[in-house]
Amino acid sequence: MIQDDKLTIGGHAFDSRFILGSGKYSMKLIEAAVKDAGAQMITLAVRRANTKEQENILDYIPKGVTLLPNTSGARDAGEAVRIARLARELGCGDFVKVEIMRDTKYLLPDNQETIRATEILAGEGFVVMPYMYPDLNAARDMVNAGAAAIMPLASPIGSNKGLATREFIQILIDEIDLPIIVDAGIGRPSQACEAMEMGAAAIMANTALATAGDLPMMAAAFRQAIEAGRRAYLSGLGRVLTRGASASDPLTGFLRD
Amino acid sequence: MVKINGTEKELAGMTLSAYLATTDYDPGQIAVERNGEIVPKARYSQVVLQEGDNLEVVSFVGGG
Repeated sequence: MIQDDKLTIGGHAFDSRFILGSGKYSMKLIEAAVKDAGAQMITLAVRRANTKEQENILDYIPKGVTLLPNTSGARDAGEAVRIARLARELGCGDFVKVEIMRDTKYLLPDNQETIRATEILAGEGFVVMPYMYPDLNAARDMVNAGAAAIMPLASPIGSNKGLATREFIQILIDEIDLPIIVDAGIGRPSQACEAMEMGAAAIMANTALATAGDLPMMAAAFRQAIEAGRRAYLSGLGRVLTRGASASDPLTGFLRD
Repeated sequence: MVKINGTEKELAGMTLSAYLATTDYDPGQIAVERNGEIVPKARYSQVVLQEGDNLEVVSFVGGG
């Protein structure tokens, strides 16, 4: 945690810049993951309830952690709106990550439908965080639709391939006046660190942890990488020479005239 | 017939709360949508299921 460096989303301030997913791993690991990640926000999905006795995931999430339900499974704006309303009815606050996919092979988000859902949900008082393909025009439309943050993908969901969309995320960071939270595809702490060095406001990760050898340890590694990248960004990165070299040592001669 | 989470059941005429009492759903963990509209928990006992109703009963699961 960096002193007095808050991430503000929809009027809510967070010290952590690591949003944790809760999919594809045991509920029993959630508490350790949240603790080692230092996370203050965790994503959830909404699904048809099981009539068989099942554990309640909310029992495993430490108190004080903000819940960020997603609209995964939605194929258009209408379905996303329905899922968001159900999530709010489940009693988890007003945050929602809008996630709309028509494509089932690459799981790429549908920006147009996401803009429509963002507008409807923002109008209903939700804090809307749209997951999107990093396109500047679509991001501007999401801002105008009332988004509280923009969540561009780094590479396809669950791929752990890192910042395939690096240049386009940089454009969003430079041009959009909302937190840019890099979501999907970040596979390694070094990639999270790079995104933070670029000026991303936060990182969302799930599969990178769920498929790691030791989930809580990887959560800690991501936390450190995100904090390192944030400090580097706040510090201002050193310049890169276009050619030649620049000595780091004093250029006073010795041992010879 | 009333469709619940995609399965048709003979429930017309029953209240939503009476139906839920016959299931293992934990009332504290679910939200219900009827024909595309949220049913607030306070209204479960007043909602009488109608022929052709389409209900979704959902809860939170892990996700990214």
